[in-house]
Amino acid sequence: MYDVIIIGAGVSGAASAREISRYRVHACVLEKEEDVCCGTSKANSAIVHAGYDAENGSLMARLNVEGNKMMAGLAKDLDFEFIQNGSLVVCTEKEYLPGLEDLLQRGRKNGVEGLRIVGREELVSMEPNISDNAVAALYAPTGGIVCPFHLNIALAENACANGVEFRFNTEVEGIAPIDGGFRLQTNQGVFEARCVVNAAGVYADKIHNMVSEKKMTIIPRRGDYFLLDKMTGSHVKRTIFALPNKFGKGVLVSPTVHGNLIVGPTAIDIEDKEGVNTTREGLDEAAKKCAVTVKNVPLRQVITSFAGLRAHQEGHEFIIEELKDVPGFVDCAGIESPGLTSSPAIGCMVADLVRGILNLEEKTDFIATRKGILNPETLSIDERNALINEQPAYGNIICRCEMVTEGEILDAIHRPLGAKSLDGIKRRTRAGMGRCQAGFCSPKTMEILSRELSLDMQKITKSGGNSALVVGTNKDRM
Amino acid sequence: MPKVKEYDIVIIGGGPAGLAAAAEAKRSGTDSVLILERDKELGGILNQCIHNGFGLHTFKEELTGPEYAARFIAQAEELGIACKLNTMVMDIGSDKVITAMNRQEGMFQIQAKAVILAMGCRERSRGALNIPGYRPAGIYSAGTAQRLVNREGLLPGREVVILGSGDIGLIMARRMTLEGAKVKVVAELMPYSGGLKRNIVQCLDDYGIPLKLSHTVVEIRGKERLTGVTIAQVDSKGKPIPGTEEDYCCDTLLLSVGLIPENELSRGAGVAISPVTSGPVVNESLETNIEGVFACGNVLHVHDLVDFVSEEAKAAGRNATAYVQGRKKNVSGREISICPADGVRYTVPSTIRREMMDDKLTVRFRVGNVYRNCFICVYFDGERVMHRKRPVVAPGEMEEIKLEKEKLLSYPDLTTITVKIEEE
Repeated sequence: MYDVIIIGAGVSGAASAREISRYRVHACVLEKEEDVCCGTSKANSAIVHAGYDAENGSLMARLNVEGNKMMAGLAKDLDFEFIQNGSLVVCTEKEYLPGLEDLLQRGRKNGVEGLRIVGREELVSMEPNISDNAVAALYAPTGGIVCPFHLNIALAENACANGVEFRFNTEVEGIAPIDGGFRLQTNQGVFEARCVVNAAGVYADKIHNMVSEKKMTIIPRRGDYFLLDKMTGSHVKRTIFALPNKFGKGVLVSPTVHGNLIVGPTAIDIEDKEGVNTTREGLDEAAKKCAVTVKNVPLRQVITSFAGLRAHQEGHEFIIEELKDVPGFVDCAGIESPGLTSSPAIGCMVADLVRGILNLEEKTDFIATRKGILNPETLSIDERNALINEQPAYGNIICRCEMVTEGEILDAIHRPLGAKSLDGIKRRTRAGMGRCQAGFCSPKTMEILSRELSLDMQKITKSGGNSALVVGTNKDRM
Repeated sequence: MPKVKEYDIVIIGGGPAGLAAAAEAKRSGTDSVLILERDKELGGILNQCIHNGFGLHTFKEELTGPEYAARFIAQAEELGIACKLNTMVMDIGSDKVITAMNRQEGMFQIQAKAVILAMGCRERSRGALNIPGYRPAGIYSAGTAQRLVNREGLLPGREVVILGSGDIGLIMARRMTLEGAKVKVVAELMPYSGGLKRNIVQCLDDYGIPLKLSHTVVEIRGKERLTGVTIAQVDSKGKPIPGTEEDYCCDTLLLSVGLIPENELSRGAGVAISPVTSGPVVNESLETNIEGVFACGNVLHVHDLVDFVSEEAKAAGRNATAYVQGRKKNVSGREISICPADGVRYTVPSTIRREMMDDKLTVRFRVGNVYRNCFICVYFDGERVMHRKRPVVAPGEMEEIKLEKEKLLSYPDLTTITVKIEEE
């Protein structure tokens, strides 16, 4: 029997696992997909919110501001990309200026530091491409951007290094209380644990409702996004939000940590918890709305579009608590924006709850840091040549758009919780994430996966499950 | 970084353009020529083009892609042209210092006197098209599928829909059929095909594969592997017409929706890029705005036939030699600009220095629409000097005109040459 089982290897589950791994504990993460970071955590705005948005006094507000403050240190410890580029909430109509003031006050009460309102003149000097209609903006210097994949993967790898087990392709089908804990029925057999953490994202209601009489509903709220070519990444320097008006919330325009430009998301409540399809209406809406705050967004330079699901809960509040009617069962639910930002703080809060339930003791040998996949571009030429001399794979470019070497791909495959699919490689190394969208590198990456994992090419998938990339050989059924 | 090596002419890319440019550079008198190629062998994309139809102009016979490449590779070998395979060029400086990398040498630099850009092009991806829907496995650009089938012997899928009627898409419709897949339809957004007429006949008509013009994919289904797409008719502005949707079950969607010259390195070097061709802006010597940097083949503008790539590349090789030998230094003569107008989208080259041009200069261009019974017209300033009747011209087939140096010299005040289509 495990001490604790965490359901879900998204950013909340991984952060919880990492914080729990500070204690002497036998812990396991169950993930229904083939990899970490496969749901909401992989498809979002990748923003580290300052924390002026959430209601004063809410858990969301507290964890947002805490998470924001923790992010820089965590990025250093766990080696993932984080840039504090600042954010601007732009008001484009004078009549809404009081709304900007409200946001400023709310943010200050939430404990957000450095907030101030900037007038048009200063705004234009900060962001030359700001809309001609921009009147003023709320400037939040603590706003930032992060690589959501690397944040999630770093947390999981560090948890793994500290002894947490991970089981992939393992879907929880039922949970029953047993003496001293829970029995979890999965498609991979039975697991038992003294304590369960429900970090199942859009499925958190399903998991919760398996054990609790007090039912919960999580609504998948879909958002469509555009990602633009790296040539456009400097169109804005900060993350540009629109001040909500009578037409609702706008979309954001932001650089990403990798130098692309991201535009989105829309918001539509749907029923399908796997409904990550973009729609014509959604894409058109995002294209139209981005022009409200930023002019001349070079939408001709779109390299891909995608949709993500927010795990929306009716009360729009994080639910992080031990269930009153099911002791030992901890919900970590309703984690929608600013969930990514809050994740470091969410992890601490969940770990605190679990520590209390299980009466855990801290380890003395906790490993607090982790090294990410080495990016050779960060090396000096001499260092890089020394590396290639030692490991020639670092001299072989596989993805020409993002200039990813075979060495990085090998690292992604062979490190703990390594990549098993094309998307797994992509999230870890960026191979296939560039302007040609894997047209050039996918056959090469497939070959490397096949060789390194000793798998037939027909077993190589895009993202696990039934997502095989090739279905047979030439004339095999003729 | 290892010490800078020096070459007279460095050619970026060992595909058809790079090979022809290298051979001609050597033949015309440059000894020190180096090809840098990122793949493990020379020949570029031709190595996966196992169908025939190559070389009708160059060799007066019909070859497959690998056969066509082999002839040029043999020439390069005979001429003793140096090349580095498995070598990725990382950067080209405006001072013609090239930074490259491979497994054996790591990162190293080469100082060139002249550079020939011959990097080819890449395929436009699904992402750039904004087709809504899911992002499952089974969506490939036609060229990626071609590589899997023709080089690895792997079948990407069994039931195929193809979007775009570019030549690679048409060729792949036939190839997938021959390898045992069912190609259900080829949909083309435009009211005309972007491919060669002969490919429509030989790759679609001969196999009974329907071509739906003015149609596009409006939805992609399937969460893990593709399960189907929806195709709809589009209006004259390319907008889907409600009510015309048709669902197709398929496990594969191939995209043949355009090629983009691959000019990231050129941009890094400061080479001016035409927004129309996405290739460098060049003069009569196929020289870019950076003196001594030349371009040819699909990196310059996308070609339909490799024969014309070879021909263009030869000119670039010859001109690079002339430059290295000091015969192409800038002269004070006035530059004539070539203006595309009325149906002509662009011309390559776009400027001419009379003193520098060969006796005959080929100007290649594409039209923006299908025109029937029209005239290709050339104006020297206000005067029409050419009026050539054509039964049909189409965007999918590159056109050319030849300009004679002698004639240009007889118009000493000439400032603008206009190329346009005139209808009857």
